[in-house]
Amino acid sequence: MLRAEVVLAVGGLDLCVSVEVTAGRCLALTGPSGAGKTTLLRLIAGVAKADRSRISCGEDVWSDTEHAIHRPPERRRCAYVSQDYALFPHLSAWRNVAYGLREVPHRERRQLALEMLERFGLAQRANVRPGTLSGGERQRVALARALVRKPSALLLDEPLSALDARTRAIASREIATVLGETDIPTMLVTHDFADAALLGDEVAVIDHGRVIQRGTASDLAAEPRSAFVANLTGAVVLNGVARPAADGLTSVALDGGGEVKATTPASGPVAVSIYPWEIVIEPPRAPAVGSAQNHLLAEVVSVTTVGNRVRVGLHASQPLVAEVTQTSARSLGLAVGSQVSASWKATATRLIER
Amino acid sequence: MKRTPRFGVLLGIALAIALSFLVLPVVAIFLNTGPGQLIASLGEPTATDALRLSLETSMIAVAMIVLVGTPAAFLLATRTFPGKAVVETLLELPLVLPPAVAGIGLLAALGPEGILGGVLRDAHIALVVQTAGVVVALTFVAAPFHLRQAQSAFGAVETSLLDASRTLGVGEAGTFLKVAVPVALPGLMAGLALAWGRALGEFGATLIFAGSYQGITQTAPLAIYGQFSSNLPGALALAAVLVAVSAALLLSVKILSGSAVLGNAAR
Repeated sequence: MLRAEVVLAVGGLDLCVSVEVTAGRCLALTGPSGAGKTTLLRLIAGVAKADRSRISCGEDVWSDTEHAIHRPPERRRCAYVSQDYALFPHLSAWRNVAYGLREVPHRERRQLALEMLERFGLAQRANVRPGTLSGGERQRVALARALVRKPSALLLDEPLSALDARTRAIASREIATVLGETDIPTMLVTHDFADAALLGDEVAVIDHGRVIQRGTASDLAAEPRSAFVANLTGAVVLNGVARPAADGLTSVALDGGGEVKATTPASGPVAVSIYPWEIVIEPPRAPAVGSAQNHLLAEVVSVTTVGNRVRVGLHASQPLVAEVTQTSARSLGLAVGSQVSASWKATATRLIER
Repeated sequence: MKRTPRFGVLLGIALAIALSFLVLPVVAIFLNTGPGQLIASLGEPTATDALRLSLETSMIAVAMIVLVGTPAAFLLATRTFPGKAVVETLLELPLVLPPAVAGIGLLAALGPEGILGGVLRDAHIALVVQTAGVVVALTFVAAPFHLRQAQSAFGAVETSLLDASRTLGVGEAGTFLKVAVPVALPGLMAGLALAWGRALGEFGATLIFAGSYQGITQTAPLAIYGQFSSNLPGALALAAVLVAVSAALLLSVKILSGSAVLGNAAR
């Protein structure tokens, strides 16, 4: 079990976080840039110092400011892969991997490094310097270098952000495989909720130096405890004021006009969250015959094709986004400037008190 | 925006003026020295002693500068501490000191009557009018060139590389030797070349602190000055040799670090 409680105030960052992850599991830390995610990893790895900290991995105490314990990074056996992979430019791929094998007899280092590169499909690139490796290859060399030492914990900082879109998909599958095979605790930082959901067994959302919600990715998406988390998971967020309505429903008067119904009881200022794929788009004056209770008149402000779907940016009293198929978009004749009605069910409307 | 050809011509003219002005005196030295004269002057003991002394003392000085200056520059590049700007300014001061002032300063500090004169005498270390004194003077004036260059070279090494090395189990000293120095090598070599060049050309501080005695403290620049009034052809010949030796040293360092640059450029 890797456990870290850290407090650090530096520059504009006020970090106060307590996280832990058990062996063989991966905790994904996500949130906006500047939230303190990378700093947290650096504190755990030991390359930065906290004002107060208690960091332990299994029985090993890596840091305990109360007892003036601060183990330097070289004595933590904590693998840390930074965002830029930090491969040594003057060493070939295999020498990069062999760099950390100081406890291994000299003649065995090369063999071990080559075996590790082989596992990552890089046997052919062993003698090449990082400068001539592709982004994806660099990432794999960095992972091989981190794992060859048999570390007791693994920290990955934005492992996918330096890669182009096509490489990302492959690389994230590879990381998922690596994470599935290791039996050590892993923490992974990403600003992308989709990556966090894909790679983390659990996701902790960090904002302004605090863990604001933690759970499985589907928990966070289904029950975001704040508008921020709802936004992060991809939901549309509208602001308004709630009051109880007939039939046990809650009615929300949206800021700027319009009213929507929800099944969650709430009163006072709330954030309304809906997933874009739950919003139905209809012609503006179509008779409301379906089961959807919520209808907002809106103007189309953008139409973007994403794969086989179309993301439709809408402006009602507040901005919202709907996702429809290309077929629907064509049959509705959606174009920027057209007037539509956006509808969704009260049961698909989640309320979060503000 | 497209650069107008007229401006390009102006840039070219500026470079041509700078180049001809800076190269003219060097060319003149060689034009005034026939090959016969060059060889004859090299046979003179004054010249050979001066050249040998210049090479020896500058090499020792550069070795000391690199040995002490490189770790000091690493500290300045990687850590912050109160008063760091003051320390940096003090270290750069010799760059702007007139060499004569440097010589006087060294006398006041390390001369027989200087503040450390007694300590040195007790330790049986004599510097004034001694070859060791020349090394001290060269080190003093040349060290800041290497320090500055090395500091900026280390400053350009990504912190993430040093962090990676530490998390891979290598301590601070190992990280310095195995990552920081190799990655910063081109800059370090440039610093070495600058310091060496400055040491070879040193004149004023050496003259005041160590004097000008053939075979003991008379380096090539001092010998050139000594001959200039009585034997101008000899002075010119020695000057030509000094130019050639300096150029060869700088060029070889450039080639050496150039290959290191190429190695790193392949990143």
